[in-house]
Amino acid sequence: MSDLSNKVVVITGAARGIGFAIAESFCKAQATVIIIDLMPEAVEKAVNALKGNGTKAFGYTGNVTDAAGIEEIFSDIVGKHGSIDCLINNAGITRDNLLIRMKEEDWQLVMDINLKGSFICTQKVFKHMMKARKGSIVNMASVIGLMGNAGQANYAASKGGLIAFTKSCAKEFAARGVRVNAIAPGFIETEMTATLSDEVRAEYARIIPLQKMGTPSDVANLCLFLAGDSSAYITGQTIAIDGGLTMQ
Amino acid sequence: MDIEAKVKQIVMDKLGVEEAQVVPAANFIEDLRADSLDTVELVMAFEDEFGLTIPDEDQERLRTVGQAIDYLKEKLG
Ligand SMILES: NC(=O)c1ccc[n+]([C@@H]2O[C@H](COP(=O)([O-])OP(=O)(O)OC[C@H]3O[C@@H](n4cnc5c(N)ncnc54)[C@H](O)[C@@H]3O)[C@@H](O)[C@H]2O)c1
Repeated sequence: MSDLSNKVVVITGAARGIGFAIAESFCKAQATVIIIDLMPEAVEKAVNALKGNGTKAFGYTGNVTDAAGIEEIFSDIVGKHGSIDCLINNAGITRDNLLIRMKEEDWQLVMDINLKGSFICTQKVFKHMMKARKGSIVNMASVIGLMGNAGQANYAASKGGLIAFTKSCAKEFAARGVRVNAIAPGFIETEMTATLSDEVRAEYARIIPLQKMGTPSDVANLCLFLAGDSSAYITGQTIAIDGGLTMQ
Repeated sequence: MDIEAKVKQIVMDKLGVEEAQVVPAANFIEDLRADSLDTVELVMAFEDEFGLTIPDEDQERLRTVGQAIDYLKEKLG
């Protein structure tokens, strides 16, 4: 288990799903973990679930699309904990539909949360990381951002955009010791995918070389690596965690 | 500490240059080898130190050490 005991890690959209699994893993690695999510009750519930065994878990209610709110939260975190060493831009949504039927609102909402939200959080956190001359930012993209998918044009565009955003930020921030990488998960077992039929699962298993879906903790393990000093020489990369689905 | 001394100290800290180089005519980019992000950091450091906000359109007016000192004296005076 990597030792991240001196690191302060902020994870957006971490009240449930993959973000919550990431928060659990960082807690186990002794990091100071701060989760940000939309609903106060969900944040409180998640923080309570993370607490115990001397973990350092804290929560804020916030929306990644609210620049002023995020700025305030980050200042508060730096004031209380001294720094933000790692930001994981995990908050993301889907609003699937065939392009021909896609509503402009559904295009816009996905862009706002997945892409603009990551821009806002990255800009606000970089102000602090730039002064500290160190930091690691991890953007949660998706294999859909690499391959595209019928019915997910908005989501694919947002995640593809996030991958390009990752590379630009990595170049801009490199001279300040701040690394930026993206993770592209494939099919991951979450509440979202729990409802899939056996048929669909069998089809996924057929196309995935490792023949099964991934787990949130598979994604969390990669976050631990990218947050810590073990990945000190890695920046601007998009790492797929997909059972081999997108290998080239 | 007066404005001039504080500005010089910030420039030395942020750009890692010697006091002798921080003369009024020194251009941050051409003479003190700042990159574009360094100039943003300098402005942010001035804002923190002197408790004011320097609007984007005014940043053009802070190209040299002397210009920065004059600007800050004018705003704080
Ligand atoms: N589940 C998968 O198979 C999969 C695959 C690839 C990529 N991803 C990506 O992983 C990330 C997490 O996915 P998940 O499956 O855990 O989703 P999820 O819906 O279970 O969790 C997302 C969390 O983000 C929060 N959130 C939504 N909008 C927000 C906003 N504006 N501000 C703050 N928080 C907000 C939600 O409240 C929720 O708690 C997403 O970016 C998603 O695109 C998931």
